[in-house]
Amino acid sequence: MKRICIGMTALVLTAMLVVTGCKKEKEEELALAPYKVGAVFAVTGPASWLGEPEKNTAEMIAKQINDAGGINGHPLELIVEDTTGEETATVNAMKKLVDKDGVCAVIGPSRSGTSMAIINIAEDKKVPLVSCAAAAAIVVPVKKWVFKVPQMDSDCVRRIYDYMKEKGWTKAAIITGTTGFGAAGRDQLIKLAKEYNMEIVADETYGPKDTDMTVQLTKIKAANAQALINWSIVPGQSTVIKNARQLGLTIPLFQSHGFGNIEYVKAAGAAAEGVLFPAGALLGPEGLPDDDPQKKLLLQYKNDYETKYSDAVSTFGGHAYDALTLVVKALKAVGDDRAKIRDHIENTTGFVGTAGVFNYSPQDHCGLDKTAFVMYTVKAGKFVPVEE
Amino acid sequence: MELSTILQYAFAGIKIGSIYAMVALGFNIIYNTTGIINLAQGEFVMLGGMFTVTLAKLMPLGLAFPIAVLAVAIVGCLFERAAIWPARRSSVITLIMITIGGSFLLKGAAMQVWGKNSFPLRPFSSEKPINILGAWVQPQVFWIIGVLAVVMILLTLFFRFTLTGKAMRACAANRAAATLSGISVDRMVLLSFALSAGIGAIAGIVITPVTLVDYGCGSMYALKGFAAAVLGGLGVSAGAVVGGLTIGLMECFGAALPFQGASSYKDGFALLILFVFLCAKPSGILGRAAISELKKF
Repeated sequence: MKRICIGMTALVLTAMLVVTGCKKEKEEELALAPYKVGAVFAVTGPASWLGEPEKNTAEMIAKQINDAGGINGHPLELIVEDTTGEETATVNAMKKLVDKDGVCAVIGPSRSGTSMAIINIAEDKKVPLVSCAAAAAIVVPVKKWVFKVPQMDSDCVRRIYDYMKEKGWTKAAIITGTTGFGAAGRDQLIKLAKEYNMEIVADETYGPKDTDMTVQLTKIKAANAQALINWSIVPGQSTVIKNARQLGLTIPLFQSHGFGNIEYVKAAGAAAEGVLFPAGALLGPEGLPDDDPQKKLLLQYKNDYETKYSDAVSTFGGHAYDALTLVVKALKAVGDDRAKIRDHIENTTGFVGTAGVFNYSPQDHCGLDKTAFVMYTVKAGKFVPVEE
Repeated sequence: MELSTILQYAFAGIKIGSIYAMVALGFNIIYNTTGIINLAQGEFVMLGGMFTVTLAKLMPLGLAFPIAVLAVAIVGCLFERAAIWPARRSSVITLIMITIGGSFLLKGAAMQVWGKNSFPLRPFSSEKPINILGAWVQPQVFWIIGVLAVVMILLTLFFRFTLTGKAMRACAANRAAATLSGISVDRMVLLSFALSAGIGAIAGIVITPVTLVDYGCGSMYALKGFAAAVLGGLGVSAGAVVGGLTIGLMECFGAALPFQGASSYKDGFALLILFVFLCAKPSGILGRAAISELKKF
């Protein structure tokens, strides 16, 4: 008994020592109060292919900023919460960041569905939210406190339909995931088909955990489409490619900009050859002309990311880069007042990011148009821009 | 509907149904010796796929297959010794809760080891689909069906004709009597975990070439496999196969129903069939009511 008492006391004392030690160190470091920025990313779960590069990128930038002395002397405190890609967890994370941590702005979430789920919180609590998800519905109609950095899914659809029109293909089959991203993409595909005189001859869906799409693709095969468009972010998009080729479906296959991670290509193997998809210029910055405003930034980010994490860069990490940089620019200009940050983001123009050159306005909270997309294809297991 | 289309759906249903059947077999083995439902069964499927993907980089597939099965069987044993055995005097419900914990633990560990990406595995034989009466079938589907048949036959022989198999069945029938006649129940429970982990691993290995494997794919297999086991009659081996194939086929033909958005509801169709059937016959297709009344769960 006595020995246990002594042991316990020693333990408590050590703990106290450690705690005070930390505190002291912290106090010395912080000359000014930190600027707190929240981040909600799907770090684990089925959308972790989005969330992980986003978290890595945001942490990398925060470190770079703090190493360089912070923002006007204020250190940047980035608080990352994992949403696991689910709506409920995202709502909880957002509430925690806003109410408990008192952040001045939130970046993320990674997915369209989870972004839609927290728009109300951002609006009610008056916190600027910069989403890293694609669905146009996030910022159309415009919500006062909500912005987004990825290109619009509607512009991605336009890019694909433009390409199909050029080739003279007018009959499209679509297959979409039932997630927020997939469902929003499906809406845009159907809505814009009228404008482009496209005929949707088959319209199939699949769940986020499905491992076999043979049935849907068999139906599509019977529909005599001239091209197949798949819209999802889950690993299912690799399975669609594999199943389509296994069924002997030879029509051109389009993917959404959610395909911009080389891991999807690896998972689909040889079947991925020739797949077409629009994405930001980040996937192949080397090929850009030297006077391109994005080139220097893209090469720098790609190099930094790949050196630090020894993993291929993806457009999703780029979205976190754009979102955090946007907030940091606002912090630098107006400090950590939520309303002022919002106003500053809304008036940002000519901001060069990884997804394009952003021009925000009170009418446009996305800031990009379809020119931010480059059409890529897969050649020998690599992303290559399509020569047009 | 054309014959070729019907065949195409049938093959898709048999392919996925065979996997559910193998998962259901795994459920049954543990259920029969211990009376518990091992909800970590799906993770054994995932681990089988993961181990093989890793091993196949170092050695031929023919060698990687048995080593992966063995490795997962060992994981099954460790899981039993570490989590189930210390709590063996607890109620069935407690033990089932423990297996849920085990499932999360294995999933989390797999995420740490292999990361969050999906991994492909090359098919056992050619990748070129075969045309059967207008339907395209991947050769891997025949491997899946063949492996299920072999597993089923070997299991039946094992439980009918070997002393160990009979001893395991004795544990299921009456634990106290089995102990009194000199059977080490402890060892039989351990063996049942090894066996069902091994079968789960086999399912994971044969399915990975046609799907993909990632750390989180196990829970879906566990859910469907459990549905298959219940539909076929919990504890009945042949029932697992009948239940698995029924659910697989229901899913595929349900998704093919000619109305907009049918494919979104394919899981719904399968589970609806399960629900309706169980209302009519709670002991499952091949289960007998008199026997199921004697069971604890």
